[in-house]
Amino acid sequence: MGSRTPLYDAHVGMSARIVDFGGWDMPLHYGSQIEEHHAVRQDAGMFDVSHMTVVDIQGGGAAVFLGGLLANDVGRLKEAGKALYTCMLTEDGGVIDDLIVYYLRDDWYRMVVNAATREKDLAWIGRHVQGHDVTVQERPDLAMIAVQGPNARDKAASCLPAGGADAASALSPFYATKIEDLFVARTGYTGEDGWEIILPGDRAADYWASFAAAGIRPCGLGARDTLRLEAGMNLYGSDMDETTTPLESALGWTIAWEPAERDFVGRDALEIQRKDGAPRKLVGLLLEDRGVLRGHQKVVVEGVGEGEVTSGSFSPTLGRSIGLARVPAAIGDQCLVEIRGRQLSARVVRPPFVRHGKARV
Amino acid sequence: MSEVPGDLKYTKSHEWVRLEEDGTATVGISDHAQAALGDLVFVDAPEVGTALSAGDACAVVESVKAASDVYSPVAGEVIEANEQLADSPELVNQEPYAGGWLMKLKLTDVSALDTLMDAATYEGTLDD
Repeated sequence: MGSRTPLYDAHVGMSARIVDFGGWDMPLHYGSQIEEHHAVRQDAGMFDVSHMTVVDIQGGGAAVFLGGLLANDVGRLKEAGKALYTCMLTEDGGVIDDLIVYYLRDDWYRMVVNAATREKDLAWIGRHVQGHDVTVQERPDLAMIAVQGPNARDKAASCLPAGGADAASALSPFYATKIEDLFVARTGYTGEDGWEIILPGDRAADYWASFAAAGIRPCGLGARDTLRLEAGMNLYGSDMDETTTPLESALGWTIAWEPAERDFVGRDALEIQRKDGAPRKLVGLLLEDRGVLRGHQKVVVEGVGEGEVTSGSFSPTLGRSIGLARVPAAIGDQCLVEIRGRQLSARVVRPPFVRHGKARV
Repeated sequence: MSEVPGDLKYTKSHEWVRLEEDGTATVGISDHAQAALGDLVFVDAPEVGTALSAGDACAVVESVKAASDVYSPVAGEVIEANEQLADSPELVNQEPYAGGWLMKLKLTDVSALDTLMDAATYEGTLDD
């Protein structure tokens, strides 16, 4: 038996197919992951993401501490509730994890990091906090529900405490607000609009039930993966890890080089790679033949070299296979992928593949 | 608990066979198999006229999760493949024993069906 979120019984009650995910018993789907995927693109779906790790960084030294720890710059977060997406790097510039950090107050930032990297991340943060005026508090008492889709916010708003709906609906993208004991953020991992709601674990089942009653469809990890892939969003452990830098992972945009005086862990190594040019890069692939791209398949770039598919799946919105691959930087716009003994043709594209429900490739 | 119709024969690799009134056999994959695979996105059906021995890999069903070979339960010749599956592979998930059939065979030897598992025996091998 793996770890279970406060919503485990609800998932079982809704006929979820439960699978192990990084030591957690999580719903893969509730009948059809493809239907759940379409529900998010066209209407509203919800995900139990309570397995993710919420860490509160508090104290007068919080901004300075995070400014030296993260590749993106929390100094850009000047309004209460504003958030950014960033990598946390090793000294060599490799990615330890990707995460979102919210600025609540000068002395309070909230990080949401991956479930699978929880222990590693907490150990890393704990090591680097020495000498800083900061406390690190993990929040295992909190659960998290993501409501996503063009109708998700409207449907979820009807379930929020009176008066809270207006504040939540007024949120701009990548901003969060507190509504009683809920922390509502206009963020997500699907490429659709929506909220990620952090809430007390003992309120999660009630909210999940009221969201379902409001017509938001429960969706599992299977749909979560096809949605994020269509949206061109990386998955830690597949698309990047400690052996790859953000520049090799299509995450150069998350590095704040300015101000130049801000030193952060991994900066020196990244500067060198930026100057010399990274030899590999992460690109999107659209398979042109019948088949499905999957992680670890070999990519052949004629006259240039080889690479590897890092994430692959079938895109329900496009009706064909898409993927991300780490390839030589000199790749053109075509390549071959070795799938089940055959070399299939793939077109190199720039993600996202789908945005706000529409094909972009 | 997956569905296991009583009038069919089954293999260890989760194919089912139905002997039709005209002596041909219809073949598909079981409810247990389709649930394990998840939503199918491609089905590569065998070509009509192909001669198969029992155990030959004759089709591929590919889901979002993985690709899986389908093995012919008995020897025979493929006389028909389900063309609907090209556009609607989800039929295998929705109706594994009806609209989701994969192929029809002209049997080399109808008594070969006796070597396959009956419903009760197959059900006993499943742990769902």
